[in-house]
Amino acid sequence: MSRDKTMTPEEVVGRLGSGMTIGIGGWGSRRKPMALVRALLRSDLTDLTVVSYGGPDVGLLAAAGKIRKLVTAFTTLDSIPLEPHFVAARQRGAFELVELDEAMVMWGLTAAVHRLPFMPIRAGLASDVMTVNPSLRTITSPYADREELVAVPALRLDAALVHLNRADTHGNGQYLGPDPYFDDLFCEAADAAYVSCERIVETPELLKDTGPQSLLLKRAFVDGVVETPNGAHFTSCAPDYDRDEAFQRAYVKAARDPEAWREFTARFLSGDEDAYQAAVAAFHEEEA
Amino acid sequence: MSGTDTTTTAGTATRAEYCVLACAEAWRDAGEILASPMGTVPMIGARLAKLTFSPDLLLTDGEARLIADVPAIGAAPRVVEGWLPYRQHLALVTTGRRHVMMGASQIDRYGNQNISCIGDWAQPKRQLLGVRGAPVNTLNNPTSYWIPKHSTRVFVERVDMVCGVGHDRAAAAGPSASRYHRLSDVISDLGVFDFETPERTMRLRSLHPGVTVEEVVAATGFALTVPDDVPYTREPTAEELRLIREEIDPKGLRDREVPS
Repeated sequence: MSRDKTMTPEEVVGRLGSGMTIGIGGWGSRRKPMALVRALLRSDLTDLTVVSYGGPDVGLLAAAGKIRKLVTAFTTLDSIPLEPHFVAARQRGAFELVELDEAMVMWGLTAAVHRLPFMPIRAGLASDVMTVNPSLRTITSPYADREELVAVPALRLDAALVHLNRADTHGNGQYLGPDPYFDDLFCEAADAAYVSCERIVETPELLKDTGPQSLLLKRAFVDGVVETPNGAHFTSCAPDYDRDEAFQRAYVKAARDPEAWREFTARFLSGDEDAYQAAVAAFHEEEA
Repeated sequence: MSGTDTTTTAGTATRAEYCVLACAEAWRDAGEILASPMGTVPMIGARLAKLTFSPDLLLTDGEARLIADVPAIGAAPRVVEGWLPYRQHLALVTTGRRHVMMGASQIDRYGNQNISCIGDWAQPKRQLLGVRGAPVNTLNNPTSYWIPKHSTRVFVERVDMVCGVGHDRAAAAGPSASRYHRLSDVISDLGVFDFETPERTMRLRSLHPGVTVEEVVAATGFALTVPDDVPYTREPTAEELRLIREEIDPKGLRDREVPS
């Protein structure tokens, strides 16, 4: 019988340290490990390097001044194109940015998973991604084609945070939605990976209604499992729930005004995860 | 022309409908590839192309599914024919079997495109989305652009950050950059543009009916090549108009992107 890896969001954050490189799964405003991000917000951790296909995870961490360096191809809320905290943080030069193409991030994580120093790809050549990242190098194919390609450096992570639909206590993680995003790459590219999920179930239950290809994360790459119902809120977590568009709109509205943001923070982000979920329920009762 | 329907519709189409038609034309004869439209008008255009002259096109639901039918914009597909999560999508780009139509916050005469930020990259005046997949797209699969509001703020002499690669930059970077680089059409609310000049710079290919050359030149912030005789964007057939209005966009979302 393998180990029980269940823990609380606070215990996950207790395993992290200031200055670490942290990868965050999901994509834009989709299946983000928001309960773990909220726990990070409550901590005194700082100086983080964040690797993410960015959504409100990046926005919230930037607003709280937690990010020293961001590695990303975009930050967006999907149904609302611009993430207001990310925009504001960039416009005041709040953190260092490593702006890469979407495919470069994927191949950088892949290189890290494979324990390779880099992956050769075409994307990036001739674009200003090469200009704004002067440390990026090209490599010439040793074969007859002699192609010159970008050597995307491995994006090795100290820790990964991802959110899935189901997991067992040992760290086998399952997605039930249409897209795995890159959550397995994030976990395998990290020295330690922490998975929050909608529901922890007994191992035999994982495959009761679906096939083995839904088992995205192998326990050998997972160090902690946290049950956080509605833990991706307000991002989507299909098929358990869609993005909370009304709440996301309220978030954006508040983020555009310092006074409104202070109120939003006091109302939603000053307590623990249970307090957050209760405040969200109250928000929807008011809206109804 | 599509099918056997040659009914004339001259003068009855709206500007948004000429734009839809021009976008659809970007996917004519594309074969069995993925059409990736970004924006409402390109999305209607891709669906029109699939329903008429490019039936082999693959379309997605905007998430991870390939759809077998052609639902109205915003409606759920009835039939799913394939799976295309982001990691497969990014891999499919590099096979070249895709024609993407992206937006552009800025575009220059060589087709360099910017969606990342306005001003100095280190601390931008206006932060936008980020480069997203523009670098991988432009170096690997045919790329077109859709610009719903043609202005000198978008059509600029120099873009602030090259996200999508233009002809001059691809050529300067060498054979690996230019090998699969293909910029096809630029479509705006005023007309259709291509890069069929000796220097591969932007040329006015057609005007949407009701637009003058002078209007286009005034709204363009760089020296545009304008041939002596500029045709109008072709008229939609009656069947094409019916498909746009009744089947693909019955709610008239196209008019929100391009007001009449």
